[in-house]
Amino acid sequence: MSRRQYSAPAQVSSGPPDDTGCTILHVDMDAFYASVSLLDHPDLVGTPVIVGGSGTRGVVLSATYEARASGVTSAMPMSRALRLCPTATVLPPEHERYAEVSRAVQATFASITPLVEPLSLDEAFLDVSGARRLLGSPIEIGELIRARIVDEQGVTCSVGVAPSKFVAKLASGLAKPDGLLVVPSADVVPFLHQLPVGALWGVGDRTEEALRRLGLRTVADIAHTPVATLRRALGEAAGGHLHDLSWGRDPRRVEPVREEKSVGADETFPYDVDDPDYIRRELLRLSDKVASRMRAAGLSGRTVTLKVRFADFTTITRSRTLKDPTDVSREIFGSALALYDALGLQRARIRLVGVRLSSVVETASAPVQGLLDEPDHGWRDADRAVDRAAARFGRGSVTPATLLTSEDAHFPRHSHTT
Amino acid sequence: MKFRVERDTLADAVTWVARGLPARPPVPVLAGVLLSADAEAGTITLSAFDYEVSARISVPADVEEGGTVLVLGRLLADISRNLPNKPIDVAVSGNKVEVACGSSRFSLLQMPVGDYPSLPVAPETSGSIDGHTFTQAVAQVSVAADRGDTLPILTGVRLEIDGDRMTLLATDRYRLAMRELSWRPASSDVSYVGLIPARTLSETARALGASASVDLALGSTAGGDGLIGFEAGSRRTTSRLLDGEYPKVTSIFPTSTDTEAVIRTADLVEAVKRVSLVAERNTPVRLRFAEGQVAIEAGTGEDAQASEAVGAEITGPDIEIAFNPHFLLDGLGAVGTTFSRLAFTQSSRPAVLSGQEEEDGEPDTSYRYVLMPVRFAG
Repeated sequence: MSRRQYSAPAQVSSGPPDDTGCTILHVDMDAFYASVSLLDHPDLVGTPVIVGGSGTRGVVLSATYEARASGVTSAMPMSRALRLCPTATVLPPEHERYAEVSRAVQATFASITPLVEPLSLDEAFLDVSGARRLLGSPIEIGELIRARIVDEQGVTCSVGVAPSKFVAKLASGLAKPDGLLVVPSADVVPFLHQLPVGALWGVGDRTEEALRRLGLRTVADIAHTPVATLRRALGEAAGGHLHDLSWGRDPRRVEPVREEKSVGADETFPYDVDDPDYIRRELLRLSDKVASRMRAAGLSGRTVTLKVRFADFTTITRSRTLKDPTDVSREIFGSALALYDALGLQRARIRLVGVRLSSVVETASAPVQGLLDEPDHGWRDADRAVDRAAARFGRGSVTPATLLTSEDAHFPRHSHTT
Repeated sequence: MKFRVERDTLADAVTWVARGLPARPPVPVLAGVLLSADAEAGTITLSAFDYEVSARISVPADVEEGGTVLVLGRLLADISRNLPNKPIDVAVSGNKVEVACGSSRFSLLQMPVGDYPSLPVAPETSGSIDGHTFTQAVAQVSVAADRGDTLPILTGVRLEIDGDRMTLLATDRYRLAMRELSWRPASSDVSYVGLIPARTLSETARALGASASVDLALGSTAGGDGLIGFEAGSRRTTSRLLDGEYPKVTSIFPTSTDTEAVIRTADLVEAVKRVSLVAERNTPVRLRFAEGQVAIEAGTGEDAQASEAVGAEITGPDIEIAFNPHFLLDGLGAVGTTFSRLAFTQSSRPAVLSGQEEEDGEPDTSYRYVLMPVRFAG
């Protein structure tokens, strides 16, 4: 969900929109996390619902449009969101469910065109120039995608149709919720020029402030400012780039991305932690999570990166590259722990730790240099056994003993990991 | 102190002593070489020590006046190597050491001799070994020592002595090299186990191997446990031993063999080198032993591929096995015989490489190189 909302501009030309040359589609799921969570809670449809962490430091991940009407936006602290919308139901995130729906949606995209550039779980660019003979005009294709996703997944999406990526993205934002907006080639410039500068891709608070000091409030103002002035104010690259965007020039193509480049997990603590044992347990839990996700995807990685964010928000990362790619929980944990211990922290107060595995290869094709003294059954086999148990009895049914809490000693855990 | 010495004599001596000096020593004096002249014996002695390794050499010189000074080792080595081939005069003048050769003059600052650590006590010999054999054995074994820093114990070569039998062994857990040889102990009931840093040992073996015989000082005779001493001719060196429990490795040697192949070493080395050009980092070469030849392949369908075949004398069932090409070449480079014998059980189990002189002769098992294959996880 976008932090900035703009009203849809009036249709510049009359009659049905002309989608000639508008081959870029930006498809954005509507309140994706909230919508998916509602699939399992049909009783809550039509009510304000917020998805996010519920702890004192919980952050809003997504909210239904009913909650957004009260001013709730994503990334807002949960405490503030609940003050704005006290009647909202808070649901914990279900990342696996989101990933599952996202995969299905991506599969739908892939059936339309191979030129799909996913931006995140819930949005993607599609270049449909090659699909027109088969599937019809870009508008027809956009409506086809919308119909298929709501039909197959039960969640809605909005589609922007335009000649370039950033205009398509703007258009989908304006089409929300559950809509489709076309910006015909001829209308791109008038469409852009009526927008505030903040609508342009890459203009955040800082840039907006810099532009405001120059007296530039709308995209039209930028377009009619000499490039040299913009370059002086914003820097060589950014100045020229913004000027191009203000005239609708965005030559970037839809780049289908290759396989996943890294897998990571991090944890923001409910309160700052300075206990090394607590951090070590957390690293074990995160390593375990990363490793099981790698194994589920059939991937192994060679570079382990540790991320630590201190109480004052300074963030450091340290990484180490292994001799061979791995998907073994214990090996990832071993490296993460060595990196953490090497920091030599003297009870520093830590806000967040994260573990990431990159330099990813497919496990099946990754050669493994065996060890002379390796046992017949190693940690790798233990991990596989844990995976099989998890598939049968649920996640967390087998877990390292140090991660057990006193409740787990008596009851199997059914909580959702975040 | 005042003496005259031949240029080559000084250059060789100081280069050898200063070779291991640290570029940035933790204490400044450790960058020094101790130079002492003995008028009665007509020798100068150079020594260096960094608390791990000590080196000492005595060479003949015309000593006019005895004495001891400490000067920067690398600097003295650089200077003596670059001087013209004429006698070198060294003399102390105030807090400087003057070095004169032909019309060249150098003036070096003295470092405080009093701050220099005392060198380990001169070891008494425990026995001796043929220099060439020792150098070869150390080179054969140290290829398998670990160069990383994950397990310091594996950066060492394990030396075991039982009477006149000496066993050198090293492993980085991917391969293991073991050489058995005989030496001449001072007493026949000597028994010893020590772990010597592989880098120091191979440097020492190379430096001393030119001598006909190398003396070893073990255990307490080397001036304390935790030290080992080597001496050849006028050169003497000690090294601190690595501390820790070396992994039990005897169980690594396969007890049986299913397939054996005898191949001309040079042919296999050439072929593996060529084929492995297309093997990207961390990818293996695949060897298939069947029908009187070994077919070597590397590369996958998406990348460049290469293949080559080399004739082989094969007994037992066909086998296909993959190795890290560098590890395989390390072993083939170390056997030092015209033919190599490779013994296998399964493609997921370690292979054993040993040498033999004749194609249909007996294997020479005094050197064995055990190599773990590469497998695919999927």
